[in-house]
Amino acid sequence: MEKFRAEVMLCSGTGCVASGTMKIKTALDEELKKRELEGEIKVVLTGCNGYCAQGPVMSVYPDEIFYQALTVNEIPKLVEEHFLKGRPYQKLMFKEPEEKLAIPSMRDIPFFKYQVLRVLRNKGLIDPERIEEYIARDGYQGAAKALIEMTSEEIIKVVRDSGLRGRGGAGFPTGLKWEFASKVQSDMKYMLCNGDEGDPGAFMDRSLMEADPHAVIEGMIIGAKAIGAHQGYIYVRAEYPLAVKRLQIAIDQCYDAGILGKNILDSGFAFDLEIYQGAGAFVCGEETALMRSIEGKRGMPRPRPPFPAQKGLWDKPSVLNNVETLAQVSLIILNGSNWYRSLGTEKSPGTKVFALTGVINNIGLIEVPMGIPLKTIIYDIGGGMKKGRKFKAVQMGGPSGGCLPEGLLDLSVTYEDIVKSGAIMGSGGMVVMDDNNCMVSTAKFFLDFSADESCGKCTPCRVGTKILLDILTDITEGRGKERDIETLMDLSNDIISSSLCGLGQTAPNPVLTTIKYFRDEYEAHIKEKWCVAGVCRDLCTFLIDEELCNGCGACLRACPAKAIIGEKKKPHRIIQDLCVQCRTCYETCRFSSIEILSAKARETNRVESVSAER
Amino acid sequence: MQRLKIEDLQRIKEKHRAEFTLREGGYRAKVTVHMGTCGIAAGARTVMTTLIDEIAKAGLEDVIITTSGCAGLCAREPMATVEIMGHPPVKYCDLNSEKIKEIFKDHVIDGKPVEKYALVVGSETTY
Ligand SMILES: Cc1cc2nc3c(=O)[nH]c(=O)nc-3n(C[C@H](O)[C@H](O)[C@H](O)COP(=O)(O)O)c2cc1C
Ligand code: SF4
Ligand code: SF4
Ligand code: FES
Ligand code: FES
Repeated sequence: MEKFRAEVMLCSGTGCVASGTMKIKTALDEELKKRELEGEIKVVLTGCNGYCAQGPVMSVYPDEIFYQALTVNEIPKLVEEHFLKGRPYQKLMFKEPEEKLAIPSMRDIPFFKYQVLRVLRNKGLIDPERIEEYIARDGYQGAAKALIEMTSEEIIKVVRDSGLRGRGGAGFPTGLKWEFASKVQSDMKYMLCNGDEGDPGAFMDRSLMEADPHAVIEGMIIGAKAIGAHQGYIYVRAEYPLAVKRLQIAIDQCYDAGILGKNILDSGFAFDLEIYQGAGAFVCGEETALMRSIEGKRGMPRPRPPFPAQKGLWDKPSVLNNVETLAQVSLIILNGSNWYRSLGTEKSPGTKVFALTGVINNIGLIEVPMGIPLKTIIYDIGGGMKKGRKFKAVQMGGPSGGCLPEGLLDLSVTYEDIVKSGAIMGSGGMVVMDDNNCMVSTAKFFLDFSADESCGKCTPCRVGTKILLDILTDITEGRGKERDIETLMDLSNDIISSSLCGLGQTAPNPVLTTIKYFRDEYEAHIKEKWCVAGVCRDLCTFLIDEELCNGCGACLRACPAKAIIGEKKKPHRIIQDLCVQCRTCYETCRFSSIEILSAKARETNRVESVSAER
Repeated sequence: MQRLKIEDLQRIKEKHRAEFTLREGGYRAKVTVHMGTCGIAAGARTVMTTLIDEIAKAGLEDVIITTSGCAGLCAREPMATVEIMGHPPVKYCDLNSEKIKEIFKDHVIDGKPVEKYALVVGSETTY
């Protein structure tokens, strides 16, 4: 490893970036290079220090000198004084304010500390209904550069070099997709945006369209120029009324300002954009189905090739990109591909937005550099498990994804690593589950969704998912058979290999990953008729351990079936004939006195003389 | 709005940047209420109307209120950010109309952040 004499921690919080951090960084890099110090002094970008009003700020280690209100003009002086002559540059030195606030700063709170905002750069900062505010934060500068200074080939090259991959799920390289479409000759081409977001639990795209609609539009204008399209549609589900409203306001403002329509920004380029409201079927998020849906037909996928780049909407060359993909395009145009690659990994550069939910402390919308370990997302950003809960699995990618166990928490979040695990990155839903979740039931929940949403065109998908669902239902209701696990796996692989679209090709993932990582749970359901989590009602018995019970009576009061008896301060008991296996007592008991046993235990643990004990 | 040319982008940027930094904008304070779907569901609108009432009552002209999208921590909505000129922004969470009144009085008017409702001071890392 290289050894540096000093580290410069330059603040790249929103406040400092707005007052010029990036220009300072360039000036610093240049000056250090000029003085041949670049091997000795390392410049690192950090999160907000809580002195935004004095920004841009930076600190130098190991000297622990803090500089404020940096300007490009002062940088040569500062470098000369501090790094050549070895004395702090008094003029810009920062004096700690007298009274410090007791409120923690972003660097002290893991939820903020590990996040880096690119896609969400305007999150919580601008009024999404005012184009001026977007412009004030460098909005439409990327489009202006692309339209006025760059050729279509140049745009495609920067996007290709950046390594940007589609955020809609599959991770297809965006630059490549654009290149295919740009090379096809046609009188008409279409640039489309996918804001369908149909997977349960996901809300990244909705949030982005609501908070920063212009970022999506700007990406579309740049994409349109790259492929040579003059008409575009944003496909948004009608269940997202606020997103639709804000996008429409943004589009209207763009027409007013000459940023959409003819001769955009006086560049000679024309692009028209409309919103298309989808009716909400999950399969309409698939690209060929989405295009059929805009044509006014029933949204059903069709075989590829021909790919949409050749024959897409109304059989014309078309490019469809996800909301999050498009929202980062202008940044790449403005800052270049090397900048983009400064975060993330070789094959998965940049950042990814996740909707983090489940039994963790911080539920929310987050953006992290790719390559970050799952553990950091769950335990640092997510603040760890809710009090007293034990981690069991994290579900990624919704109905197309899978459940990953504790042993995989060191996995780094990149397209390649996640696919290897059997899950998929998907659009970014991440649900953390604890040991109150039954993995067979979880797989069943997603299969229920997929079987319902299958458009019915392919037999393996339509019938196959239904059979998977039936087997899973049997297992959870006590009718599991010896070879069910093998049948589930064989059928899953058949569905994956013979379905036309991504829905069928990924629908079995929840089944396959839960079998792969939680096979013992399937076996307990099938062989011992035992759902260890106590979720499958036919496969569990709730039993009070009389040694542990101190007779607090909490469960007795909570039980909706009045199935619990006992005197104060004496061990309580559950009348199995009355118990409806609702888990309430289990979750109520603060002394962990209630066990979950297999269904058979009901027979051997009968409470006899009911009336006598009441 | 007139049709924009590329020079205009720069001009608008400079002009409205002032509102962000407050420094040149002639404002002393800015309050942003986060109104994404989850914020609104949690009651952000009540917080907003209370705030507008308070400002009208106090007759302040050097304070701007604005809305913005999701602040990212859905479980702690409604959230608002208060920024006083020369000080880093402070984010408040789990708000209701009582709390925002107190924050308005102590922080916006008297310049003293209300520590008990504050989540964090500063702004996010962007790069
Ligand atoms: C069943 C199904 C549903 C999909 N839903 C979405 C969606 O809601 N949003 C999305 O961006 N992509 C969705 N996709 C992926 C799209 O087909 C397409 O790959 C993507 O929009 C391309 O954009 P990207 O290259 O920017 O990722 C879905 C795919 C399938 C098979
Ligand atoms: S599982 Fe539900 S019905 Fe059975 S004893 Fe407990 S609380 Fe009562
Ligand atoms: S809540 Fe637990 S400790 Fe209290 S009576 Fe019920 S089983 Fe016993
Ligand atoms: S953004 Fe730099 S100190 Fe807050
Ligand atoms: S929409 Fe407000 S925090 Fe998520």
